[in-house]
Amino acid sequence: MISTAFEYERATSLDDALAKLAAAGGAGKLIAGGHSLVPLMKLRLSEPTVLIDIANIPDFAGIREADGRIEIGAGTTHHDVAISALLRARCPVMAEAAAAIGDQQVRNRGTLGGSLAHADPAADYPAVMLALDADFHLKGTNGWRVVKAGDFFQGMLTVDLAPDEILAKVTFAPVRAAAYAKLHQRASRFAIVGVAAALAVSDGTISSVRIGLTGASSSPSRLENVEAALTGRDATAGAFSAAAGIAGDGVEDLNEDIHASADYRRAMIRVFTRRALDGALARIAG
Amino acid sequence: MAVAAVLPKLVGQRVKRREDPRLIQGRGTYVDDVKIAGMQHLAFKRSDIAHGRIRSIDKSAAEAMEGVEAVFTGAQIAEFLDPMPIGTPFPSPEHRAVAVDTVRFVGDPVAVVVACDRYAARDAADAIEVDYEPLPAVVDPEAAMTGQSAVLHADFPNNVALGPLPSGTGVGRKGAVDDTAVEAAFEAADVVISQRMVNQRLAPSSIEARGVVAHYEPGREALTIWSSSQNPHILRTFVSRMLGLGEDRVRAIAPEVGGGFGAKINIYGEEYVAAALSKRLGLPIKWIEDRSEAFLATVHGRDLIAYVELAARRDGSVLGLRMRIIADIGAYNMLLTAGVPTNSMTMANATYAFPAIRATLTEVFTNKTPTDAYRGAGRPEAAYFVERAMDMLARELAMDPAELRRKNFIQPDQFPYKTHMGAIYDSGDYEKALDRALHVSGWEALKAERDAARADGRLVGLGLSMYVEICGMGPSSTLPPGGWEHSQVTVERDGRISATTGVSPHGQGNETTFAQMLADQFGVPLDHVTIHHGDTAVVKQGIGTFGSRSQAVGGAALHDAGTKVKAKMAKFAAALLEAHESDLVFENGTIAVKGAPASAKPFAEVAAYAYRPIRLPEGLTPGLSDEAFFEPKNNTYPFGCHIAMMEIDRETGEPRLSKMVAVDDAGHLINPLIVEGQIHGGLAQGIGQAMIEEVAYGADGQPLTASFMDYALPRASDFPRFELDNTVTPTPVNPLGAKGVGEAGTIGSTPCIVAAAVDALSVFGVRHLDMMLRPEKLWRIIQDHESARSFDA
Repeated sequence: MISTAFEYERATSLDDALAKLAAAGGAGKLIAGGHSLVPLMKLRLSEPTVLIDIANIPDFAGIREADGRIEIGAGTTHHDVAISALLRARCPVMAEAAAAIGDQQVRNRGTLGGSLAHADPAADYPAVMLALDADFHLKGTNGWRVVKAGDFFQGMLTVDLAPDEILAKVTFAPVRAAAYAKLHQRASRFAIVGVAAALAVSDGTISSVRIGLTGASSSPSRLENVEAALTGRDATAGAFSAAAGIAGDGVEDLNEDIHASADYRRAMIRVFTRRALDGALARIAG
Repeated sequence: MAVAAVLPKLVGQRVKRREDPRLIQGRGTYVDDVKIAGMQHLAFKRSDIAHGRIRSIDKSAAEAMEGVEAVFTGAQIAEFLDPMPIGTPFPSPEHRAVAVDTVRFVGDPVAVVVACDRYAARDAADAIEVDYEPLPAVVDPEAAMTGQSAVLHADFPNNVALGPLPSGTGVGRKGAVDDTAVEAAFEAADVVISQRMVNQRLAPSSIEARGVVAHYEPGREALTIWSSSQNPHILRTFVSRMLGLGEDRVRAIAPEVGGGFGAKINIYGEEYVAAALSKRLGLPIKWIEDRSEAFLATVHGRDLIAYVELAARRDGSVLGLRMRIIADIGAYNMLLTAGVPTNSMTMANATYAFPAIRATLTEVFTNKTPTDAYRGAGRPEAAYFVERAMDMLARELAMDPAELRRKNFIQPDQFPYKTHMGAIYDSGDYEKALDRALHVSGWEALKAERDAARADGRLVGLGLSMYVEICGMGPSSTLPPGGWEHSQVTVERDGRISATTGVSPHGQGNETTFAQMLADQFGVPLDHVTIHHGDTAVVKQGIGTFGSRSQAVGGAALHDAGTKVKAKMAKFAAALLEAHESDLVFENGTIAVKGAPASAKPFAEVAAYAYRPIRLPEGLTPGLSDEAFFEPKNNTYPFGCHIAMMEIDRETGEPRLSKMVAVDDAGHLINPLIVEGQIHGGLAQGIGQAMIEEVAYGADGQPLTASFMDYALPRASDFPRFELDNTVTPTPVNPLGAKGVGEAGTIGSTPCIVAAAVDALSVFGVRHLDMMLRPEKLWRIIQDHESARSFDA
């Protein structure tokens, strides 16, 4: 890596990291797995003068369930999310999305918090966070703050995270009937389109559904029109197929690049919305 | 004396690569591991526009930075470094290692920094300000030839670097062309296939990028240059010439080389600049390419367009082929740039006894990274063009693609076979390879499987293709540096064997295969043999590793050198055993009189005697070391048949390769395990080209695939399990009967994969698809059909 010069510091606690961040006066960057930041530093698109390593903060990584909610530390690697027995049993969509990130080397290093805070528009987790209506727990110099996933993602690489805050953990109520479906960009393995769907079904009727979309536009979003069309309907493949037909309608600023045009992305939103819904339903049947 | 264990013969055995433990454990020494006291580091300032004139360069800020030794502009470098030479006999524009007044591609160097470390060098390079007068970028090679686009090199009007160069039937010695036979073929045809095809630009992408360390020692007036090169002897020749040093004063070392794929044959500007600056400054100089640079500054491969026409009778007999090739060679001629596309003409005959062929080649300059050799180098393109046309013809005639091939093959009794393109195919039995592939793949069952899937509405396709290619390059008449190889074999005083080879392996496994050969030849254990390579001070002479020549040419030289040493050793043994030298057997670490095992002398004892011959046998000199140059009389022409099966996702257009069968005939195999590894690697890159790899440029000449985030390298998960088999048709060209195999996988695979995709989409009337198989492209074809169908309903 031929980055510009930087100092390296290792934080021992969240408070220590916050103090070091404050001391860096805006020129500091937090680093955990480095899989979003380091590529930018290599290209000199990011030139922090201080790197504060938060990877070894005690209890910064880990997955547990308490009071009916799952809590995942921001420092948890994608690999650990992907192989978590707890998640696979209670909320398999999370493990499924993690397993679809990059390749094994990336998953061994990259972290949940790093990915969410960086908010690459083609990252996988944001769709799942939206579908699970997750809470983002931010530690700042003035204490804790909780932000809903839907409010956290604000735009292209932009999130509700102040310069003096650290994303410490996410929590969500586990949903077994949820699935993530993704069209891989074949070079980067990021999502051209990624859709996460979480269903609540009682007596065969959809009582609620949340669908998160990533990859398609500048930032992740909920497919509210599809959710509305499905709520109160019977949970059947036919209903999913019909509702998926309006997925992507109203999604503005679709991404367009050498890998996929806007037209193709719009069509794929429909395909992968249906696949995510089918996958979620299959988890009830299973 | 204890009875030695019987040593098994190793040639033909699946011996594991001896190179791997050190490489896997990170104990290899690559160029970047070379460190010399006082060593300085280079960073190149590169053009960020595709085409422009340099108005001014401000290097003052860079020069003022801490740790910076010196900054040179292209004009300053030109004061002591001549324009870069090329290795082909074709005309070429002046090419400065560092641009003097005009930049011609994104990545063209404009200045170079010498600094105390890589970081300081890069910081300083970033601080150099270059003011350009932008010129229109030339991106489309066909438009570039029309006279309506900008011109890269004033001496080359319409950007035509070479051609149109005719080849094939009726081309006279001085280029006079008689098209009568070709035209007659097309007039007599019942069916004519006509298709424009693209063989797209690729980035070779070795895992180790390039690197060089140059160390000029003023006291010795001698240069040592370490480079991640496939051919240190050629590097030595070119660098010594450019520095005005004798070859006796230049030592070139290719240490471990982490992949080359042809791109490290070329001698690059960075190598000349590092060497020249080391000499000028009297300091050791290192330059290590980073990945971003590798996408821009290391040569690209392929990038040919062909207009292919095939004339045939309705029964499938092909009467003639016309192929007009346009090669987009990028901004400059590099070492072999101009020659590589000529291979595509040479192989236009493919495996078929076509009665008439006209091929023409035009090479065009564009504002892109120059092209040069990339695994296959002209043969994959030829195989692709001809096999695609054959596939289209089979579809047009509703013939099984295998049967169409069978009908047109050159027959086994026709070898050696002189083609219309001037090649003399050494040996071949194409039908045998075809039949083997049909058998191994279960072709008829696959067709039934495809048809059943199709009946279920799935898009499943099958593809088959043949190939023949050129290996064992080659006679000196065809290769400017010489087409021979060199080896020296030494039986040391303790009976161990050291051998040098002029080939420079970087993944080919010659430390293993060559040791297998010598172990068998001398009847000693494998671990008593060491193969040295890649250092011109150790390896007296050599050409290098490219064109799948290591085994066929380098192996033959090794064999010949070993034969000489063994003959001499037999004379020493004969004196010790008081027997006749022709009565001796070398086996199990001993030399014995045939039929009298009790007579056996340990191999080491005979070796020791040869180095201290108390009674020197009449006519012998001491020592056991000899060398051989081997010059092949011809290339070798391996061949094979590849079969692919593919399913395309109807909703997304994503192609998935479900079967890949490769039957290759490389003649005799020294080590089938290594051969399979070579084929696996070649298939990986062939599948990469067919399915996911492509270097793309915008209309302004900006690269759009300048990192692995956008340039897709295939991963293991992109492949099905490879099913390999082989036939054995030895070559008469060398004493081993081995043909070469390093590139076969890239050559045979692309046409059958595309044929499988076309077959999958043939339900929509698709006849041809250009690579690579981008899902959106396939989706649009499916979509156009589905919407037409719903419109009909």
